[in-house]
Amino acid sequence: MTDLGASDLAGRIRAREVTAQAVTRAHLDRIAALDSTLNSFITVDAEGALASARQVDQRLERGEPVGPLCGVPVALKDNLVTAGIETTAGSRVLRGWRPPYDGTVVARLRAADAVLLGKLNMDEFAMGSSCESSAHGPCRNPWDTGRVPGGSSGGAAAAVAAGLCAAALGTDTGGSIRQPASFCGVVGLKPTYGRVSRMGVIAFASSLDQVGPLARTVRDCALLLEVIGGPDVKDSTCLPAPLQPGSLQQACQRRELKRLRVGIPREYLDQGGLEPSVERAVREAIATLAELGAEVRDVSLPHTRYAIAAYYLIATAEASSNLARYDGVRFGPTLPGARGNLDQMYSASRGEFGAEVKRRIMLGTFALCAGYHDAYYGRAQRVRALIQRDFQRVFDGGCDVIACPTSPCSAFRLGQRLDDPLQMYLADIFTISCNLAGLPGLALPCGLCDEGLPVGLQLLGPPLSEATLLGAGAAYEHATAWHTLRPPLDPVTS
Amino acid sequence: MIDHEAVIGLEVHVQLATRSKIFCGCSTRFGAPPNTQICTVCTGQPGALPVLNRQVIEHAVRMALACGCTIRHRSRFARKNYFYPDLPKGYQISQYERPLAEGGQLEVWLPTGERSRVGITRIHVEEDAGKSIHGAEGGQSRVDLNRAGVPLIEIVSEPDLRHPVQAAHYMRTLRGMVRALGVSDGNMEQGSLRCDANVSLRPVGTTRLGVKTEVKNINSFRFVQHALEYEIARQSDVLRAGGVVRQETRLWDAAAGVTRSMRSKEQAEDYRYFPDPDLPQVVLDPAWVERLRHTLPELPDARRHRYVEQLGLPPDDAAALTREHELADYFEATVAAGAAPRRASSWILTELLARVSDARDVARARVTAERLAGLLQLWDDGRISSALAKQIWPLMWDSAEDAQTIARREHLFQDSDGEVIEAQIRRVIEDNPQQVAQYREGKQKVFGFFVGQVMRATSGKANPQLVNQLLRKLLD
Repeated sequence: MTDLGASDLAGRIRAREVTAQAVTRAHLDRIAALDSTLNSFITVDAEGALASARQVDQRLERGEPVGPLCGVPVALKDNLVTAGIETTAGSRVLRGWRPPYDGTVVARLRAADAVLLGKLNMDEFAMGSSCESSAHGPCRNPWDTGRVPGGSSGGAAAAVAAGLCAAALGTDTGGSIRQPASFCGVVGLKPTYGRVSRMGVIAFASSLDQVGPLARTVRDCALLLEVIGGPDVKDSTCLPAPLQPGSLQQACQRRELKRLRVGIPREYLDQGGLEPSVERAVREAIATLAELGAEVRDVSLPHTRYAIAAYYLIATAEASSNLARYDGVRFGPTLPGARGNLDQMYSASRGEFGAEVKRRIMLGTFALCAGYHDAYYGRAQRVRALIQRDFQRVFDGGCDVIACPTSPCSAFRLGQRLDDPLQMYLADIFTISCNLAGLPGLALPCGLCDEGLPVGLQLLGPPLSEATLLGAGAAYEHATAWHTLRPPLDPVTS
Repeated sequence: MIDHEAVIGLEVHVQLATRSKIFCGCSTRFGAPPNTQICTVCTGQPGALPVLNRQVIEHAVRMALACGCTIRHRSRFARKNYFYPDLPKGYQISQYERPLAEGGQLEVWLPTGERSRVGITRIHVEEDAGKSIHGAEGGQSRVDLNRAGVPLIEIVSEPDLRHPVQAAHYMRTLRGMVRALGVSDGNMEQGSLRCDANVSLRPVGTTRLGVKTEVKNINSFRFVQHALEYEIARQSDVLRAGGVVRQETRLWDAAAGVTRSMRSKEQAEDYRYFPDPDLPQVVLDPAWVERLRHTLPELPDARRHRYVEQLGLPPDDAAALTREHELADYFEATVAAGAAPRRASSWILTELLARVSDARDVARARVTAERLAGLLQLWDDGRISSALAKQIWPLMWDSAEDAQTIARREHLFQDSDGEVIEAQIRRVIEDNPQQVAQYREGKQKVFGFFVGQVMRATSGKANPQLVNQLLRKLLD
């Protein structure tokens, strides 16, 4: 049961072949068996999940209508706000915070009758590429528990890969859905900026953050995006582009890629530091796309090399402001050191942030300072515009999608890069431009590296081209078996 | 010794009259118990996002148009970052590089009749912060977030003001405008208008600006004047003693009547402004802006000019009548109902204002403009004298009857029956032969004595002009 995907489970529960409660229990049992090792969950809401499952079963018994995710066990990255369920964004600063409201994506999942299992581990405030900066301890990769699951949505990718939930929602600011999906061998979709409401997403970098699904198939990602996406009056940056129910799943029927024009950015594949076995897997995947009928062509994104610098200025600048509200006045427990004057309260409260978050707040504060503002933040914004133009030229020039690696490497060892933040940042090279340009990006399994760890293929498209990306991904998935590989976890009853 | 002149620029914050806050649906009602008008957005809960209240932009655009500003069809919100417990997000959503409006000007009238033009640098939209309440039990400070997210416009003037009195009148002018436009209630006691003043001194005759100080926390017309007078005297003392003015921010302490140093230039906050990524650009349809321009009401300034030029009112009266638009409306209604403008104006500014505690209340006054016009018309027609009008006036407030009814009931019509008056005069002449003799010897002053006697004999109801006329006829 824990091996079935979201679409399959919804179908079987709706057909009453299996009860939502049985499915929920199977997943809760598997979490109990495996998650002490993986640490992918921060909070498991067994009671709430079983109550939702019971309601779904009762509605089905009475012949009442149910939503498209009826009884599907879904888990949420811990930066997605859930009413009454502790939401920490992986930080000590927010421990004990039980939000007074549900974010839009959470409300939409509930309305679609999903069963919400709990909250998933993540890098603190989504700042990291390894899930090691979490205040709740690192999450581990189910393919090799000595390795990281990627980040920042590491808990989401690990839980989906290990069958602890049928699907999950993560957030992606610079690759935080796609890179862990790639490290854990699952499918992850970062939608177009504005496709999904950010209302109820604890902000890291507001102009880059986007919620998206992680699942074991492309089709399941399509199903989830149909549920969570579309306009929201509570988020002014949400695009006024409605998503027709079924339209994305329909796109996943695609089995060939005739006339699909696929661009391969030479700046990406010629990138130094690309692991040879990752490159090999991605080149094979591109060859498969061509076999399916795609026209593969060489394209150029000349400003790629400035992307990481621009990203780490813009993202940290916005973060320095977004995280200012954690000042000890309203969130988190009152700390012993905070009982003096105002400055003491601020330093005690803000001392609770982890090292990576502090580093980024400092960097962002500096980038916005009078005298440096234009040289850093201002210039980064100009680079961002150039990167957007690079992509627009490629798409206007007749490319439908861009194909490239998701990450230059496969999952690295826990602790391996902790002392070298720059190396960690550089590994975001293939995912970051997509956020700067506001484009959709799909990561899907396309092979194993020499060490037997998953490698991810990434497809990027113009704004609102999710249907094209999902269609291409589905055709590739149908032609290959990579998505069916499961991590070699200890055999447990499921 | 060098004489100095002051150079003053004001930043006036005006609270806009909207039902809900600028970025959420919470009420803006004043005076509710602390923290009862708050939500996830205005308390800065993680994940909450601002959604702009359209009414705020409409109000701001109307005020900007009234000030003759150029409206930016694409403006942006920016974050002004600083830490304070009553600022829930750790930043204030304001406008910085691309404000809603720039480059206008106003005319300020002084009671002396002087007029001056004051340039408007910019008008931008922002949210208010909450309120810190210090010194609660146990030495605690508490925060009330009811005000957090209440919409404000900040009106920044050019450094065109020279005198504290002028600054106070500039602020009064702004208040009259926002009230006439209906974009703010202009309630000073509820902090609907607050002001920070930039002030510097320079030798008379020079053009280079001196070092300025910024005086914060001024919330009344009187305090604008007092704070500036104090600050100008302070700077002047420093300069006269051969010292230099430090660039700094000073706080006006209304209780002590002094400004106190708050922070120096070196300690100035770096607000690290950047465009708010949670809010798209504010894009205005030029046709919509033009529609607003054409539906602006007549503003106090235009009314003042019209009263002087078309109705012949003294400039002082015109300025006084237009300070509150309710008063001007009352005046115009009185004139429209048939009263002579000058008589209506002086009656309103003396007798009517003596009867209401706040000029804004005249719209709801017991004696309507039409009733006042009725009274003034009786006077104009010679049926009552000014003295009689003043007798009838309080009765109108007591009885809610019109002037004519009261005059008839109380027998307060002026007596214009020549024969009756003549008979009275003859009697007075007969009773006072000594005074008659004095008058005929050329003592003109005695004439007044006869007028008084006749008026007394007629209980003040005789038409004074007729009395004068007949007295002269019979005495001479």
